Amino acid sequence: MDIELILRVYPFFLQAALVTVQLSVLTCILGLICGAIGAFMRLSRLVPLRWFGAVYVSLFRGTPALIQVFILYFGGPQVGINLDAFTAGTIALGVNIGAYMTETIRGAILSVDKGQTEAARTLGMSKGETMRKVVLPQAARMMIRPLGVNINALIKGTALLAPISVIELTQTAQRFIGSTYKPFEMFLLAGILYMLFIYAVGLGINWLDRKARIS
Amino acid sequence: MTDQAFVTIKNAAKSFGALQVLKDINLTVERGQIVAIIGPSGSGKSTLLRAINELDPLTSGEVWLEGVQVNKTLPHRQYEAHVNQVRQDIGMVFQHFNLFPHLTVRGNITLAPRMLKGLSEDEANKLAEEQLAKVGLAEKIDEYPSRLSGGQKQRVAIARALAMKPKVMLFDEATSALDPELVEEVNLVMKQLAEEHMTMIIVTHEMDFAASVCDRVLFMDQGVVVEEGPPSVIFENPQEERTRNFLRKHLSR
Ligand SMILES: Nc1ncnc2c1ncn2[C@@H]1O[C@H](COP(=O)(O)OP(=O)(O)OP(=O)(O)O)[C@@H](O)[C@H]1O
Ligand SMILES: [Mg+2]
Repeated sequence: MDIELILRVYPFFLQAALVTVQLSVLTCILGLICGAIGAFMRLSRLVPLRWFGAVYVSLFRGTPALIQVFILYFGGPQVGINLDAFTAGTIALGVNIGAYMTETIRGAILSVDKGQTEAARTLGMSKGETMRKVVLPQAARMMIRPLGVNINALIKGTALLAPISVIELTQTAQRFIGSTYKPFEMFLLAGILYMLFIYAVGLGINWLDRKARIS
Repeated sequence: MTDQAFVTIKNAAKSFGALQVLKDINLTVERGQIVAIIGPSGSGKSTLLRAINELDPLTSGEVWLEGVQVNKTLPHRQYEAHVNQVRQDIGMVFQHFNLFPHLTVRGNITLAPRMLKGLSEDEANKLAEEQLAKVGLAEKIDEYPSRLSGGQKQRVAIARALAMKPKVMLFDEATSALDPELVEEVNLVMKQLAEEHMTMIIVTHEMDFAASVCDRVLFMDQGVVVEEGPPSVIFENPQEERTRNFLRKHLSR
């Protein structure tokens, strides 16, 4: 193993890791927004909204994320959507993970005991009040872990932006392989950085989950 | 007002799909009256109770509370506003308590009054203290429900319902989920409400309790009221064969 090479290139990898972190954060925020909207559509009283939510979920979970990225980045210009790679990639991945988060959030809301809603409605609280004050506070606790699983997946998913030349970790590894012919070292370095990031996020999720449980 | 029934159920029918659960039920309850509903499992007792506050709306028939029709047919928004309003007058206590686990006892009791009646924090706190004192749990005000025994949970649930100052209270097997030694403390609270002349409709499997507290007993079977009358008649001298059969099983214990 070429330790000296690793020491020489690692600053570039750190910089790329920062891009991966940025991508992950933005994707996560977009995903949560899409997930929240999607979940409320799926749970709506109105049939067209429910239908729209269901189509969103099955469309984005039913096709490879890579294809979604390609359609937006390569296909976009054909229909007048011109986005740089970073923006197109973030949007595509965010909307994609949002479909998974839709199901996570919806599942957590549905897992709150029906008796909770009945008790609140019986007191005279409206559907909205019941959702905000009784159901969501309980569902929020239950969705922390499964959302953690989605976030783990989206971090790894940012590697899908390498083929459209976003300078993130995987792309950086590939680029250095081109000039050094040392794929083992380069991918190992990228892998370690992914692992550290994912580990740190995992700790954060655990902490949140514990905190939510105690109070 | 005096001769007008307080709660009236007229020709109530309810189906879940093809299953007809209630068939032409009529019931009137006077102000301050306490009515027990007894009957075998699946006879429709809970469904009838849940029809009174529109949790399980009737398929046909009418429910009235103090001159106001509860199950009005209205456009969606107006209907929602209407039921939210009338439900404030109808307290309900569930078999499994359904306390809000993320709120303290205080939060459980004050949530709805603060939100729906615009009480200030001080007023709401005072209300919570009053209601808790009534069910004998003043010292538990800052506990979370998970720290309470079943009997205490049910008493808090009763306090929560009473905090809305309802006109009528509905109890659906309030003591069925409790360990036997915890039943009495809940029964005592209900007896105390009876002494205060709270109008109550009580679904129960406890015949002794029904006999000692209620003014009237309804025996239901397969979605119809088979027989009704004062407890002395229903428990000691039932007229219907089905009532006698049911009581033979339940009184001999
Ligand atoms: N939401 C529902 N959907 C379909 N069927 C239902 C529903 N709720 C109740 N039923 C059916 O209606 C019938 C009456 O149920 P209900 O709960 O009113 O009986 P009950 O007299 O309260 O019985 P128990 O003593 O066991 O509580 C049962 O056959 C039950 O399976
Ligand atoms: Mg029942």
